[in-house]
Amino acid sequence: MSAASKLKILAALPVAASLALAVHLRVSGGESAAETHSYSLFLGGILGASLAAAAAHRAWRALGSWMREMCPILAAALLLLAIWEAVTSGFRWLPMPYFPSPAGVLQSLLDDRVLLLDSAWHSLALLLGGYALGVVTGLVTGVCIGWFALARYWGMPILKVVGPIPATAWIPLAMVVSPSAVFSAVGLIALAVWFPVTMLTVSGISNTRASFLDVARTLGAGRAYLIFRVAIPAAMPSVFIGLFMGLSASFLTLVVAETVGVKSGLGWYLSWAQGWAEYGKVYAALIIMAAFFSTIMTLLFKLRDRVLVWQKGTIKW
Amino acid sequence: MVAVESPSEGSCLTLRGVGKRFPSFENAALQAPALESITLTVAAGELVSIVGPSGCGKSTLLRLIAGLDAATAGELHIGGDAITAPNAERGLVFQDPSLFPWLTVRRNIQSGLVARGVLHAKRHEVDEFIRLVGLEAFADSYPHHLSGGMAQRVALARVLINHPKVLLLDEPLGALDAFTRMRMQDEVLRLWLARGTTTLLVTHDIDEAIYMSDRILIMTPRPGRIERSIPVALARPRDRSSAEFLGLRGNILELLHFAGREPGGDPQPGKRN
Repeated sequence: MSAASKLKILAALPVAASLALAVHLRVSGGESAAETHSYSLFLGGILGASLAAAAAHRAWRALGSWMREMCPILAAALLLLAIWEAVTSGFRWLPMPYFPSPAGVLQSLLDDRVLLLDSAWHSLALLLGGYALGVVTGLVTGVCIGWFALARYWGMPILKVVGPIPATAWIPLAMVVSPSAVFSAVGLIALAVWFPVTMLTVSGISNTRASFLDVARTLGAGRAYLIFRVAIPAAMPSVFIGLFMGLSASFLTLVVAETVGVKSGLGWYLSWAQGWAEYGKVYAALIIMAAFFSTIMTLLFKLRDRVLVWQKGTIKW
Repeated sequence: MVAVESPSEGSCLTLRGVGKRFPSFENAALQAPALESITLTVAAGELVSIVGPSGCGKSTLLRLIAGLDAATAGELHIGGDAITAPNAERGLVFQDPSLFPWLTVRRNIQSGLVARGVLHAKRHEVDEFIRLVGLEAFADSYPHHLSGGMAQRVALARVLINHPKVLLLDEPLGALDAFTRMRMQDEVLRLWLARGTTTLLVTHDIDEAIYMSDRILIMTPRPGRIERSIPVALARPRDRSSAEFLGLRGNILELLHFAGREPGGDPQPGKRN
């Protein structure tokens, strides 16, 4: 990479930050300082950090390569913020209160940070509980249906008929049957996860190459070895597709369950804020959700990279 | 040159009137038995090749001996015991090495020990077998990093670590290039001579059969049966261009009705379809 284009990339972030800051100061000239103070600090902080990083990138190699990787996308994000602010508080092209400025959203985020954190915590507990339950039952039923002919005969019709019903469609029933809203939410999330995990585990197990099983048998393998050391590892790529599909389904079910039943969590916060027409808070909740869900997704990707490291080189990756 | 003087791990294999018929309702052509009245004795430590056109039931025969499929007629015995199910006594290597892609070379080789629950007692043998097939440098690599020849060596080591009494090789070198194949033939011979494992080698390469085996069985299709058993009384190492070698080759080609069709080349009857 030439020195000039390197410099361009490094300069992109401070330039974008300055631009966003300029737009913000121009736009917020007439508004009260308290409303917009945090956002000024936020943009100023990014500007300072980007300048410091640009200065330090030569000395610190890891930072340098990270910057080259991330600068364009971060700069683009800052420009989007600038455009958002110009369109909302600047030109007021979008109707209030549905489209608050980024400064307002940041302020809502900070004002409600305790409640948001608490909601995120509740959502996390609910999500992990339901997801874990769904994955464990999904793996067990998937392996059974995939391996044992009898389990396939009796299990497959149930899977095919019950599985495709969206978990949220069970909400009316779940509310009647279960002792508490939290309990039913965990069950619904587990159900939402169970179907894709089971389905993809079944498909992975049934697609195990016959020659792997033949070889294992002639090596002296018993049934346990064939299931746990041949069929399940062979099914892992497929199982992970199920885990990802299940995770997406669990996010959806979590938010719906919290919106209609559970009295805590990010979904509840979202509908509560909407009820008060505090759209700044709605966006704040969406931002937290994005961070929350994408973090969990990233963790699952990391797990996949570890478990399926043997696939590296055989597929595009 | 039967390996009687080597420390023999092998045992005698006997087949009496073995037949195999696959149930088929749609395809009348498949109604003919895949194998019919196969009677065969392989002495302990003997290396026997099976050649024949594709569809003659060579692989089916090996699967029956491995215990992966059940014969519909006749009896199969190893030593004095009837063959009923697959078992570590009879190791099988396919043309496709079928290494477990999720295990490293070392773990592939030790998988037989794990499967039999004896890894703890025999862990020291793992390094020995990795050395035996010359893959020390690749012990921690995953299978897709290996060339075809290396992968097949791992497959061999994975089977040999169980000290099988009978080694069943189903065209194990068929997918390798000519040079690698010749090197691997010597390697398999070296391993066989050192251990005296009774070995059945299915191949479509007549030169390979003559170069390696004590005896060659010629099979014919529909129904699959053993047409002839030809002893190869040449001293090892064998010279692929000696008059005896070429004479034997001519005989076998004639038996397979390929004589004169491709004078110089390898007819490869197995590749016809």
